[in-house]
Amino acid sequence: MKNRSIFLFLVIFLIFLFVIFYKGLKESSLYEPKSEIKKDIPVFTALTLFEEEKVSSKNIFAKDKFYLLNIWASWCLPCKDEHPFLVSLSDYKQLEIIGLNYKDNLKNAKKFLNEFGNPYRKIFIDKDGTKSIEWGAFGVPETFLIYENKILRKFVGPLNVKSVREIESILK
Amino acid sequence: MKNFKIFIIILLFFNYSPLKADQEKLQNKISKNLRCLICQGQSVYDSDSEFAISLKLVIKNKTKEGLSEDQIYDFLTEKYGEWILYDPKFNKNTYLLWILPLLIFLLGGAIVFKKLKN
Repeated sequence: MKNRSIFLFLVIFLIFLFVIFYKGLKESSLYEPKSEIKKDIPVFTALTLFEEEKVSSKNIFAKDKFYLLNIWASWCLPCKDEHPFLVSLSDYKQLEIIGLNYKDNLKNAKKFLNEFGNPYRKIFIDKDGTKSIEWGAFGVPETFLIYENKILRKFVGPLNVKSVREIESILK
Repeated sequence: MKNFKIFIIILLFFNYSPLKADQEKLQNKISKNLRCLICQGQSVYDSDSEFAISLKLVIKNKTKEGLSEDQIYDFLTEKYGEWILYDPKFNKNTYLLWILPLLIFLLGGAIVFKKLKN
């Protein structure tokens, strides 16, 4: 009787372990940040690229308008790939695109914009990368869709046709 | 030459700051407990990626601002989620993780105890 209960217990325990490990097997080992997040945007003050003045983010992100914060750098190749998408998105009147220039040479950044077009209404400079950390970013490029000072969507990596469609569907 | 020596001594004296050393120790401790999210199997402390370099700078700034270790962990988990911590905190998502080893240990102990008694 005793042996049987121990046996039964062991079987149940092994099944329990099996289920846990089996579930673990199916889970992706790659970490993917959640794309849908309703978090408040961080408040920061930074220099801007062209005007070279200190601007607070509070004065930029107003309510009842959509914003796209795009973290980019001239040395980042995927940023070049997504740039045409940003330029096309800049046609939307209800959307403003704000840039955050990540660890870049300012001369090269300006050259980049002269060459490929400037979709940004304002560009903040993030010389040491600390502002991007405040946004919870991993690197470049990364894009945040913002409404009413809240992050609606986060796109890690370059924008593509799919993500642009998603942004457009939210705008409409 | 003498002046130079005095200058060096004064310079060394003013550079000596136990507070600074403590802060650095704390910064290293924090960065060792943080996962470099874009690296494989490296802590922020060990990594030289752009992400880790910026994160170390943020930790430095935050400790200078007077934030405690836990406050910095809270700040970063809010931004990046629990995954960034090597040593996850006790909450409803991680309680099994913390309690299970203890349970297994107690169970094993009970079995051994029972066997010995018999």
